[in-house]
Amino acid sequence: MKIELQGISKRFGLVLANQEIDLAIQPGEVLGLLGENGAGKSTLMNILSGLYQPDTGEILIDGKPVQFAGPGDSIASGIGMVHQHFMLVPVFSVVENVILGVEPTGKGDFLDLDTAREQVQQINARYGMDVPSDTLIEDLPVGIQQRVEILKVLFRSADVLILDEPTAVLTPQEVESFFAIVRALRDAGKAIVFITHKLHEIMEIADRVSVLRQGRIVGHGTPSEFSEGDLAEMMVGRPVSFSVGRTAATPGQTVLELDGVTMIEGGQDVRLSDISLNVRAGEIVGIAGVQGNGQTELVEAITGLTGLNGGSVRFLNNEITSSSVRARHAMGIAHIPEDRQRSGMVASFSVAENMVLNSYYDDPVARGVQIDWQQVHDQAAEACLKYDVRTPSVFLGAGSLSGGNQQKMVVARELERDVRLVVASQPTRGVDVGSIEYIHSQLVACRDRGNAVLIVSSELDEILDLSDRIYVMYGGRVIAEFDNHRAEDGSGGADRNQIGLAMAGIGTDDSPSDATLMGASA
Amino acid sequence: MSSSRPTPPSSSAITPVRSIDWRASITGGLLIFLALVVALFLDTSWDAVSTFRISRPRDVWAVGNLTVPSQWFNTIAAIALAFLGTRLFLRGGGRWTALAMGTGLVILAMAFLVWATADKAISLTGMLHATLVRAVPIALAALAGILCERVAVINIGIEGMLLAGAFAGAMFGSLMGGWAGIICAMLTGGMFGLLLAILVISYRVDQIIAGVVINLFVLGLTSYVSSQLFTEYRWLNNASPFRAFKIPVLSDIPLIGPVLFNQNLFVYGALMLVCLSTYYLFYTRMGLRARAVGEHPRAADTLGIDVIKTRYAHVIVAGMIAGFGGAWFTLGSVGRFDDNMTFGRGFIGLAAMIFGRWHPLGALAAALIFGFADSLQQKLSILNTPIPSEFLSMAPYIATIVVVAGLVGQARPPAAIGKPYVKE
Repeated sequence: MKIELQGISKRFGLVLANQEIDLAIQPGEVLGLLGENGAGKSTLMNILSGLYQPDTGEILIDGKPVQFAGPGDSIASGIGMVHQHFMLVPVFSVVENVILGVEPTGKGDFLDLDTAREQVQQINARYGMDVPSDTLIEDLPVGIQQRVEILKVLFRSADVLILDEPTAVLTPQEVESFFAIVRALRDAGKAIVFITHKLHEIMEIADRVSVLRQGRIVGHGTPSEFSEGDLAEMMVGRPVSFSVGRTAATPGQTVLELDGVTMIEGGQDVRLSDISLNVRAGEIVGIAGVQGNGQTELVEAITGLTGLNGGSVRFLNNEITSSSVRARHAMGIAHIPEDRQRSGMVASFSVAENMVLNSYYDDPVARGVQIDWQQVHDQAAEACLKYDVRTPSVFLGAGSLSGGNQQKMVVARELERDVRLVVASQPTRGVDVGSIEYIHSQLVACRDRGNAVLIVSSELDEILDLSDRIYVMYGGRVIAEFDNHRAEDGSGGADRNQIGLAMAGIGTDDSPSDATLMGASA
Repeated sequence: MSSSRPTPPSSSAITPVRSIDWRASITGGLLIFLALVVALFLDTSWDAVSTFRISRPRDVWAVGNLTVPSQWFNTIAAIALAFLGTRLFLRGGGRWTALAMGTGLVILAMAFLVWATADKAISLTGMLHATLVRAVPIALAALAGILCERVAVINIGIEGMLLAGAFAGAMFGSLMGGWAGIICAMLTGGMFGLLLAILVISYRVDQIIAGVVINLFVLGLTSYVSSQLFTEYRWLNNASPFRAFKIPVLSDIPLIGPVLFNQNLFVYGALMLVCLSTYYLFYTRMGLRARAVGEHPRAADTLGIDVIKTRYAHVIVAGMIAGFGGAWFTLGSVGRFDDNMTFGRGFIGLAAMIFGRWHPLGALAAALIFGFADSLQQKLSILNTPIPSEFLSMAPYIATIVVVAGLVGQARPPAAIGKPYVKE
């Protein structure tokens, strides 16, 4: 089955999400769709999967134009989408999730789960996916959940699979086995659209590549025609430097020290278990790990948002285990939250108001009980210039800024103060490449001023690029520590593979010299 | 540098963090307290005997009366309660906490009953019969709640729908006969279901507020109309209620027969609806889809399931079931409507829904507990116990609080509950 998109345009309010897009999807081929966040990849694929209707343009299946009124139509024509955020019901079993919407039934609308189980097992075996049928989704690891999503699509006998940022939630090892499944599907004659913003994945898996920028296709061809640099330039619109200019760290005194930190939720759910780590002045420490392994709780423990059930937190040799959030903040701990929309900013407040969320109560912003709005606006305007926050006015609602500018606004607010420790959680999630570069350089500059920086990220590349030392978290524990000191030419540093294994919770006995797997002796 | 991490954290490294099982401790303390209550207050003379009648004079197969030596029974009950409580207090209960609490309450109820009937006789059959009858509106309200919440709509308005059903049942039942009354009650309930659906699904009004509005509106409307209309035209509020009818053969079984198979339409209807909705929710295609809509509406939407339609259908049908349950108050018992005659049975139904963990059979079991508390109050006021009757009429509500606060544990509602569905 061959699918062609011709002249697809889609507008949301003032934003042209897609402009005149032409794309051909062939059977037995992996088409890489490369683009930054906000380039229009997801919109395009949602059009293809029937969630959105295009304003202009048409979709041709084997040369015949089709119209999708809803997801049902698209599924019926053999297009299946694997969403970035899984569309699985956590309390349903694998089989129930797979058959949902196309359930085999017997008399009286009776669910025929036995037939369903058999069919699921057949697909399972054919592509070597090895998914259990009757386990609840919530009990499965993320990598397997993703296979359930693929099973779901295959169960609907889809010939075209759209994979939206499929590797975002996987460990490097899981990515390998995932790629094996993708290749098996391709060899079985399925057409696959692989959406990503990671260049090396395109190089590895795609047979053809199309690059999307600001809603337009700006280039296509086979990956071998391009270098990673070419693709990045097409994606961003200007040359990109990959490595952060980062000199060797000169660590000073210990700024942050966690000792045996333990957090238990609801009396039984262990979120953090016996975490001991330290961050020194003048170094960047990265926390690597697959999302949901306690990183969020670790940040909450350091910033004081959640109380501990055991252990202690020390900051500049002061015990702060039970200090309030405000007290810690006043001591010089800056916090860039992992989800800016939810806890980093108030979308309905203006940029200027957002800029003083952490200082509204004190001089010079507050005069007694009154807020000096002139001061607030002057200060915000200055910070916007200094931190490259692109907004037409500081009076504009923060919600109308792009993700990158919102994040720079949060970074500006947190770093403008006199800080000693920066806790940055997912500092560049959902942010354009230009802003990523900028935020990274700000964090490194902050380190070079002699501050301690702790970065939590599920993007291993980000951790490897920025960190001087790396801790790996798994299942609420720090299970490994790596030295990431690199030589001048960029060689050396921590072993990506070793970190990947640790992220999957696999500790090895023959630990290499540069990786210290923390055992009983630690 | 040995390293076999991940290993369990060595116990010496961390300060031992043993969280106390507060629930078990509190429950244990409560059970010990109940044991003291039974031992100290529910005492009788040692030769007193409580008599429970099982068969009635005209029964085909007569069974002898059940007699229990009162004081002996209650002594054993107190010891059993104390044992359960101490065990929970010392060892913790984990998953068994709720079960121990439930057992303790059953023992307490039995001890109370034995004490109240010391040297008297009570009809056990009659009591169970009343339990079932009084469980009907609660079970139906819970069922309506389940149908709504399984598709993620909170329905606080069930109380109002019951009341509307009771009113419509009485009025149309008086005008056109019982069957028409039931149908009109269901239509009225369904109409308020539709109103709720429009408010919360299409206009995304806060679900709690919309439900409260419906309750207040129905209460005001029915009270007004009945005071204006029913005092003037009494024949409008004088329906003939549905009588109990025996199911042949089955109704002759001792104890079970009169309790289960000699009831009126509402009891049989409620039991059938419970079975039907269990089958629907857990064994059919549509049920699976409905539950998916309540758990993860976006996932359901991407699979071509119409979230909005599904929610509308369930909320309307739930309204009809609540309307049917409302008709019980008038057509199922006295045949006439009084102001606010549902007395919070809709809210107790919601408690039964939570206690029954959003499962129709669980909700029925919970409704039976409330029904039992209700009938206990009724019987005890006949038995002439020294406890004031106002105190006894608190029984169902106390049972609600105890059950919801202490017994539910970690019941998990559908994940999307209370959230309106907005397509991106």
